[in-house]
Amino acid sequence: MTDFHTPKLSRRSVLKGAAATVTAVGASTLGAPMIWAQNIKDVTLRQFGTGVSNLNEVGKKVKEDLGFNLEMTALDSDAVTQRAATQPDSFDIADIEYWICKKVWPTGNLQAMDVSKIKNYDKIVGIFRDGKLTPESTIAQGTAPHSVGFTTGVDGKEFVAEESGWMTLIPTIYNADTLGIRPDLIGREISTWAELLNPEFAGKASILDISSIGIMDAAMVCEAMGEIAYGDKGNMTKEEIDKTMAIFTEAKKAGQFRAFWKTFDESVNLMASGEVVIQSMWSPAITAVRSQGVPCVYQPLKEGYRSWGGGIGLSKSLSGLELDAAYEYINWYLDGWVGGFLMRQGYYSAVPETSKNFMSEDEWGFWFEGKPAQGDITNPFGKVMEKAGAVRDGGSFQDRMGAVACWNAVMDENQHMVRKWNEFIAA
Amino acid sequence: MRNLLKNRNVSGWMLASPLAVVLVCFLVLPIAMIIVVSFWGATEFSIYPAFLFDNYAFLFGSPVTYSVFFNTFKYAVITWGFTLVIGFTVAYFLAFHVRSLTWQIALFLLCTIPFWTSNIIRMISWIPFLGRNGLANSTLISWGVIDEPLEWLLFSDFSVILAFVHLYTLFMVVPIFNTMMRIDRSLIEAAYDNGASGLQTLTNVIIPLTKPGIMIGSIFVVTLVMGDFITVRFMSGSQSANVGRLISNDIALLQYPSAAATAVVLLSTVLLIIAVLLRFVDIRKEL
Repeated sequence: MTDFHTPKLSRRSVLKGAAATVTAVGASTLGAPMIWAQNIKDVTLRQFGTGVSNLNEVGKKVKEDLGFNLEMTALDSDAVTQRAATQPDSFDIADIEYWICKKVWPTGNLQAMDVSKIKNYDKIVGIFRDGKLTPESTIAQGTAPHSVGFTTGVDGKEFVAEESGWMTLIPTIYNADTLGIRPDLIGREISTWAELLNPEFAGKASILDISSIGIMDAAMVCEAMGEIAYGDKGNMTKEEIDKTMAIFTEAKKAGQFRAFWKTFDESVNLMASGEVVIQSMWSPAITAVRSQGVPCVYQPLKEGYRSWGGGIGLSKSLSGLELDAAYEYINWYLDGWVGGFLMRQGYYSAVPETSKNFMSEDEWGFWFEGKPAQGDITNPFGKVMEKAGAVRDGGSFQDRMGAVACWNAVMDENQHMVRKWNEFIAA
Repeated sequence: MRNLLKNRNVSGWMLASPLAVVLVCFLVLPIAMIIVVSFWGATEFSIYPAFLFDNYAFLFGSPVTYSVFFNTFKYAVITWGFTLVIGFTVAYFLAFHVRSLTWQIALFLLCTIPFWTSNIIRMISWIPFLGRNGLANSTLISWGVIDEPLEWLLFSDFSVILAFVHLYTLFMVVPIFNTMMRIDRSLIEAAYDNGASGLQTLTNVIIPLTKPGIMIGSIFVVTLVMGDFITVRFMSGSQSANVGRLISNDIALLQYPSAAATAVVLLSTVLLIIAVLLRFVDIRKEL
């Protein structure tokens, strides 16, 4: 017992009381979680992230299954980046996207995770490990999760290409994004990203005002229009950025856009109220519109999807009992309940096979395999989403995740891009 | 010691010092900090102390800055015009048409009822009202006034200014009403006795005497509109920008020095406007 590390003396650890701390240190060195099962009830982990996966239901279930408290704070992507980069002591667990990780990791505010402590590591989908969904897949453009998923050691600052055993983020959820449309108001086939700037939808289109994601949607559109041929949409040159924004500024001035949205709720309201008939959108927003009885389709497009992935990272200040609790939480996260919960909202979980245990056969068939629903498909809150016979937009997991054209990304010319994006918004 | 305390100068300083300390801590120091940071440098996620003019150079070198400042002035001027006319009319009605004090107080309180909910809620509630399929459009269509929904009602300069006027008119009503109540009624009677018409009384007696109230209200409205960012973002559907949004975008992207530089320029502009306004009326003398 000489080599145990002293937990950092923080206000919280002091408050927990000396007895608890001593037991905790003992337990973590012995690696016997059962011993500290008593103290873990006092642990509170503070998690923050984007609204998509920061759900109170998860916090409740953690309390039930694991016994400790999980406090959730939901913020928008910019605020998440800001907090992860500047306030490492304000959180224990950061639920961030991989492109945010690329920005935040070099600040050293997060610690890498030892995959030997992750029970289901081997079952994590290939996208997050070697970048390939199947051995034949090609890796899409942009910040592919595996490229920022591994580092050299617990304090590693550099990303490494191979599976090093030290993960920056444990993948939690991901999805393939495309355009959302109102089929009832459009009344014809939509098959390409270029339709976003089709003058037919003047005053009825929208794009999201989060520069790093918006620029990708814009690039998908410009490429589909045949206006620009990109070297790498995930890492554009200054000229490519300028050209892309010029096309969008022109469209904006011509009144193409009804509004820009920044939060999930805004996108739902724009679509449900009919202000907008075609816009960049996130999968659960489609579900939210549909659950209001308004037809809305997550339209698969021939150019493919713009994909994103999120994961949870640990604050560098986590140690001792809290760090153990965090690993416990990660293992629980990958164990299927959360996966099932999220998959029934249209996301994918990092370990689909465990999620399957928490979904009915019909739900699994509908959400994952792209099969027609046998009966009513309900969301995790019990609301009917789809009637029997419905098929998921875009089909199966393989069809959707196999058609990813680009990952959300941070570019080398990020600052230039942000400035151009601000000009576009102000134009 | 006793003699020292008796000294009028010293006791005067000591009486003033609590306020001075509060103002220095919570007003002067933060602003000084903003000015200092505006010369710092920034990388993508950190800021470092330096003495650079980069932030200002970029700010003054970008055409976006000028168009955004122009936009901000436009909102401020138009909102000021509307709130002044509406605020003055309401205050005039309350002060001179409503005779009983009870009713004056009751009606005045009525004006403040919207303030029982938050600013943001009052603003957002316009969105479903003005939308393409909103209450305003569907009512106009059912009356046969229009055939097609009016697109410009929402997510336009119109909706931004509407929200501003709605949110800030009370800031005009209150000070104007306040000064109007202090006007000696015999002055108005004297004006009538001397044969002044209603309009002449208004322009030669009431308006000059309410100038301080108008000025205070104007300062409120102008500073509020110039410093706003959330109303512009929501009511324009993120399509228009004002200086406040420029700053909030910078902060969101962790570009604090650049945000500070913009804030310094905005602050100077607003102070300049207030200085000009105060040239017209010596508030201290008139109050």
